[in-house]
Amino acid sequence: MISLADMKVNQIGTVIRVDGGAGLAKRLEAMGIREGKNITKLNCMMMRGPIIVKINGCQVALGRGMAKKIMVEVGT
Amino acid sequence: MKILLMGNPNVGKSVIFSRLTGVHVIASNYPGTTVEYTKGTLKFEDKKVELIDVPGTYTLEPACEAEKVATEMVKEGDLIINVVDSTNLERNLYLTLQILALKKPTVVVLNMWDDAKHRGIKIDLEKLGKLLGVPVIPTVAVTGEGIKNLYTRLKDAKVPPHPTYSKDERWLHIGEIIDKVQVVTHHHHTLIEKFEDASIAPFFGILLFLVVLATSFQIIRFIGEGLIGYAFDPFFEGIYAPLIMKLSAVLGHGGFFHDIFVGKLINGSIDFGQSFGLVTTGFYVPVVMVLPYVFSFYLILGVLEDVGYLPRLAVLMDNIMHRLGLHGAAIIPMILGLGCNVPGALSTRILESKREKFIAATLMAIAIPCMAQTAMIIGLVGSYGGRYLAIVFGTLFIVWFSLGFILNKVLKGESPEIFLEIPHYRIPNIGALAKKLWMRLVGFLLEAIPFVLLGVLLVNILYTIGFIEMISKITAPIVTVLWGLPESAISALMVGFLRKDVAVGMLRPLNLTAGQAVVGSAVLAVYFPCVATFAVLIRELGIKDTFKSALIMMGTALIIGTVLNIIL
Repeated sequence: MISLADMKVNQIGTVIRVDGGAGLAKRLEAMGIREGKNITKLNCMMMRGPIIVKINGCQVALGRGMAKKIMVEVGT
Repeated sequence: MKILLMGNPNVGKSVIFSRLTGVHVIASNYPGTTVEYTKGTLKFEDKKVELIDVPGTYTLEPACEAEKVATEMVKEGDLIINVVDSTNLERNLYLTLQILALKKPTVVVLNMWDDAKHRGIKIDLEKLGKLLGVPVIPTVAVTGEGIKNLYTRLKDAKVPPHPTYSKDERWLHIGEIIDKVQVVTHHHHTLIEKFEDASIAPFFGILLFLVVLATSFQIIRFIGEGLIGYAFDPFFEGIYAPLIMKLSAVLGHGGFFHDIFVGKLINGSIDFGQSFGLVTTGFYVPVVMVLPYVFSFYLILGVLEDVGYLPRLAVLMDNIMHRLGLHGAAIIPMILGLGCNVPGALSTRILESKREKFIAATLMAIAIPCMAQTAMIIGLVGSYGGRYLAIVFGTLFIVWFSLGFILNKVLKGESPEIFLEIPHYRIPNIGALAKKLWMRLVGFLLEAIPFVLLGVLLVNILYTIGFIEMISKITAPIVTVLWGLPESAISALMVGFLRKDVAVGMLRPLNLTAGQAVVGSAVLAVYFPCVATFAVLIRELGIKDTFKSALIMMGTALIIGTVLNIIL
């Protein structure tokens, strides 16, 4: 299990859990990022910039700090 | 009775609102276009009822101010039209279930129905309606497809019979619904989708941004200059000026009324830049010098908005914005501010914290000149050469960046991270683009002309009663000594509180040196927001923070005016 921030570009993973406050989990959830969902890392900006993921066929940009708190299982 | 339009951000609520009420509101392809609710009326069961366009929200448990507006509004609604993005049913249903739990009569609208088809998404409408317990209506709001059906079916809105689900059950239930009603067939990536990915790829994205920036700038200048040089100016000089000369003759070429309406004659004829009468300079500035640039700017902005480029720009800018205590989404108030500072200040609502709002609003108001002001600066400073224009805008950029950097260090608190949905690119609908551009132009004229006229009138009166002379004496140490401007520039600085474009225009007849023109333009941009922006700032930030913000502006103006004066 690794964090979303550590995933490689174009890798697909399954969200296992969100480490962090209930507030963060709620915001992520409302955007569709929640346990059990498949998530694809599409891009990451250089110099610790935001990460772009694809979830439910929809693209979302999120900060690296948030991405570090999203733990995913990457398929082999 | 109140009907609410609710849904996730960027699903097309504002377009449906316009279609149903005939009231036109700005709609674009990025989340957070609507930050404040808009009201309109609509006939429903032979009665006039209120329809309210509520800012988009992902959940009824809000995270930013625009979302708070939505949750507050909910309480007042008697009927809810829940607009859903058909291409993203699963996530949208999360809010839908929250809305259904309110136990109010509801209709669900599946918007962007055509887009879903193109993406190979099939949704069984009948089944979905049964499972949700409310009518489900497909629409393509941009073209108007399905709107009539929506209108006639409003009366079928129902309170869903189902039990309300707890938070954990919600997703489970959504999963069940999706399994039963939605089939997604694989489709090949279209060219647009490939381009979508490329435009936020680290290197290509930045390259593309530079191309977009340079192209936009060139087109705005080309159209603006072209319209002024080949259409507006010839018309005013050739047809309008002779008419005014007749008016001048009627008024006897002088006297109090002549000076207020026509202004002073320069060498026996009208000089639209210098005469300074209500019907000469008062019209010439907003209509001839500014309107063409406002037109070309909003044309380009409209295309960028509707294509869906702004959220991508937010991602690319995220890094830089973090140095200013903001995140990428704060680029949106800045871009809107380039058109007019008022919508710029309003759109700071898409930011989460008070600190962010303060920094963003302050930076926008201080260092982002609106298009009206920019057009006038180009007219004034540009005549001395492009080098001086570069100094003015370069100075503003340095102020923007360094002030943000300082505020980020000084103000307590952290800057939240970007968390933004990136919409699909869309090919703009020409009709929608034209309508939006028209609205913005009318809005500009309705707001600009009264203030410009008021400014011109006020200056004339204050001159006559000797008030300006008095203020000039008092402020002389700053204006003449520190900034090196002639004493007469004070009247421009005073009008700047009302309208910045006329204020810059007032510097023209003063025969300034290039350096003085640069100092004057830069100081006018920075020292204080125009009255319209100031009013919005008070509303958005509160009196205390607006006061702080204004102090920062005046201090900055003092410093950069002095520094530029010394250097140039």
